[in-house]
Amino acid sequence: MNASAPILIRATGLTKKYEDFVAVNGIDFSVAKGDSFGFLGPNGAGKSTTMRIIAATLNRSSGSIEILGKDPELHGPEIRAHLGVVPQQDNLDQALTVTENLYVYGRYFGLPKKFIRAKIEELLEFAALEEKRDVKVEALSGGMKRRLTIARALISEPEILMLDEPTTGLDPQARHILWDRLFRLKEQGVTLLITTHYMDEAEQLCDRLIVMDKGSIMAEDSPAGLIKTYSTKEVLEVRFGSDKNALVAGQLEALCERIEVLPDRILMYGEDGENLLHTMKESGLHPLTSLVRRSSLEDVFLRLTGRSLIE
Amino acid sequence: MDNKELARQGSLKIVDTAKIMKYGALFVASARLRTLSKWMISVIAASFANPLFYLLSIGVGIGSFVNAHSTNHTIDGVPYLTFLAPALLATVAIQDGLSEVTLPTLQGFLWEKNFFAMNATPITGRQIAAGTFLAAVTRTFFSVLVYFIVILAFGALDSGRSWIAIFTAMFAGSAFAALMMGITAWAKNSDLLLTFVGRFIVMPLFLFSGTFYPLSSMPIFLQWIGWISPLWHSIELGRYFTYGHHLSGSAFAIHFGYLLAMLVFGLLFSFNEFEKRLSK
Repeated sequence: MNASAPILIRATGLTKKYEDFVAVNGIDFSVAKGDSFGFLGPNGAGKSTTMRIIAATLNRSSGSIEILGKDPELHGPEIRAHLGVVPQQDNLDQALTVTENLYVYGRYFGLPKKFIRAKIEELLEFAALEEKRDVKVEALSGGMKRRLTIARALISEPEILMLDEPTTGLDPQARHILWDRLFRLKEQGVTLLITTHYMDEAEQLCDRLIVMDKGSIMAEDSPAGLIKTYSTKEVLEVRFGSDKNALVAGQLEALCERIEVLPDRILMYGEDGENLLHTMKESGLHPLTSLVRRSSLEDVFLRLTGRSLIE
Repeated sequence: MDNKELARQGSLKIVDTAKIMKYGALFVASARLRTLSKWMISVIAASFANPLFYLLSIGVGIGSFVNAHSTNHTIDGVPYLTFLAPALLATVAIQDGLSEVTLPTLQGFLWEKNFFAMNATPITGRQIAAGTFLAAVTRTFFSVLVYFIVILAFGALDSGRSWIAIFTAMFAGSAFAALMMGITAWAKNSDLLLTFVGRFIVMPLFLFSGTFYPLSSMPIFLQWIGWISPLWHSIELGRYFTYGHHLSGSAFAIHFGYLLAMLVFGLLFSFNEFEKRLSK
């Protein structure tokens, strides 16, 4: 967080309860202007609920939250005027064309027609949809719809762009294009709020992250900071075959700082993976496959919750 | 990319929240009418074909039968087609009004969820309801107007103030649409709702509201359906204007007041249900 930048979002003890369960359980966080802030966690962690409260479309049960200095419960429309929202599920107007979707949405922000028309050209290029401008949404591919939803959220040049699982369901190439576009927005000073259960996405896009599980914040830091605090530099992944993994776990534990036994493989944490592999083989253990990699946020999550992120 | 990119000004400069507070419902209505205009040709064709078939089969067909068998060849003192005309106007207003609010409401909340997209902008739930309602009323007005023109062409309306029946029909159509929009937003099970409303509300209203014969000629234990039906209240008003059907001052006030109450209650109920459902 840039210490001198103004705080755009500040939540204290933010809680959302439904009849029989607590979706968000007293969380604190703040987001400064220009931040690229991520909510990382599995499905059901409370990320989307938190996003809807910030988007001023869902009232909290208790705690306080201010967005652009205002309480969303009292000033919903004034806050929403400066947000661009990309929901988890695309909710475009299926019967309208690409251009019409952008136009109609611009009108919801009360933007002048002339401004919208010029902005549409820019956004069509941004979303690589120039060729599809007069095509009805129902005929677009999933990736195209996603890009259009993001373009639509940008029509009003929002102060804060909120993306709920922005690249879920996209192919790798489409994801990289999207990350590139989001990075450009970040460079222009747009504050980004992103929920994701993809590690690489969080590492690519977020300056700061909160890791959420079951409605609570487990940790908060930069991606690198989280890895440094909660994991080791490297990870050795080994497979002995599904029956044997559990049997050798005890022996492996003695060799490294920490291990995680997953159904299909064992993760061994240490500062030097190659060295670890070497020691293991010297002690007579020969895995079917082995892989040395750098620690990632997936490892952080596993450490914090004992569960993997995508199940 | 670079040549087309505009200098970013930011929403704080370009978004005028006060303007949206004022005109938001109109933005919603215009978006809905834009969607409807995609089916312009079939909308227009249906608007003309429906009244034509109705008037030919019921108005002319049944009409000649009724006229032949009634005293002075009239019903309520006028030819059958004249008697029927205001009822047809009110019926089409109610039917079109109903489908023009239920379909976009189900689409907005359930099928495409585009109400949630609108609500992510400064547009409020109340404005989405109001806009959807305005678009429905506009579209319905078009149908009623076409109906009126066709009926006029059949020579069934000769009074100089017959045109007022367009508005008594729209009054009922709007009141019923407002109420049903709220019920649609409130209902959780959309299939059940549509089936139930179609079979057990709209159909009986159509058949038991003095549409095809005077309500007073029905047995008294069935007349209550007419009394609660916006259709009957509208038809009574319509007949008063089209051919001078007898209506006491207090009866006029009751018909008018009933429809007004339904309209106001329906809108307030809808506003409330839209706000509630969007923030669930």
